[in-house]
Amino acid sequence: MTALGDPTRQAIFERLAAGPRPVGELAEGLPVSRPAVSQHLKVLKDAGLVVDRKVGTRRLYQVDPQAVADLRAYFDSFWDQSLAAFRDAAEQKENDDG
Amino acid sequence: MVEQAEETAVRQSIVVRAPLERAFHVFTAGMSTWWPMATHKIGTAPMVAAVIEPHTGGRWFERGDDGSERDWGRVLAWEPPHRVVLDWQLDADFGFDPELHTEIEVRFTPDGADGTRVDLEHRGLDAYGARMAETRDRLGSDGGWAGLLRRFVEVTAA
Repeated sequence: MTALGDPTRQAIFERLAAGPRPVGELAEGLPVSRPAVSQHLKVLKDAGLVVDRKVGTRRLYQVDPQAVADLRAYFDSFWDQSLAAFRDAAEQKENDDG
Repeated sequence: MVEQAEETAVRQSIVVRAPLERAFHVFTAGMSTWWPMATHKIGTAPMVAAVIEPHTGGRWFERGDDGSERDWGRVLAWEPPHRVVLDWQLDADFGFDPELHTEIEVRFTPDGADGTRVDLEHRGLDAYGARMAETRDRLGSDGGWAGLLRRFVEVTAA
């Protein structure tokens, strides 16, 4: 099985995208054991997508803000440039398909 | 417990000096006139058109100069000339992934006598995150989006 096609890992990541969670909370409602969830978290951590920190006696996992920031920066830049090109096309004389 | 959620959408707005119907038409039927086709394509053939089939459920795809077609996603909502929602299904390597879904919603609003305000939101970007672990495995240690995007540039510029 490839990590790409792993729905559990995707579900874990999507839960983390909604906010930081402890492992026990992540495991609730998932059809896998808590150790399995921990293993998925390790893969995500090793990939630099997830970070953890201790809060009191608990360990909280969260999406690495830098990974998401990089992703958003990319799409921000892409759409900024593409919409500028769109504007130029829309404002041209109506002499083409546009 | 829920703390601050990560923002997983980007939003852009622009005002164009064109009436509402034309702005919608250029964005959709005229996508080939503004899409960066030289760099943002997934097929090996030179890209000649970006096509949005004009109905809900329609395909969104690129066409190469050899007639080949490569899917990008689907039309989720088709409400000319006010709104279109597209399902963008290209993964971090810019390959089509039927399991991946991110949404692009574009709204068109009259602005002044002869202008149109265009508001674009690309959301659900967290869907990429779950794929990024595997993508990094395949790309080696040059992790992060900077690495992915360098590779993307290399691939698409080839």
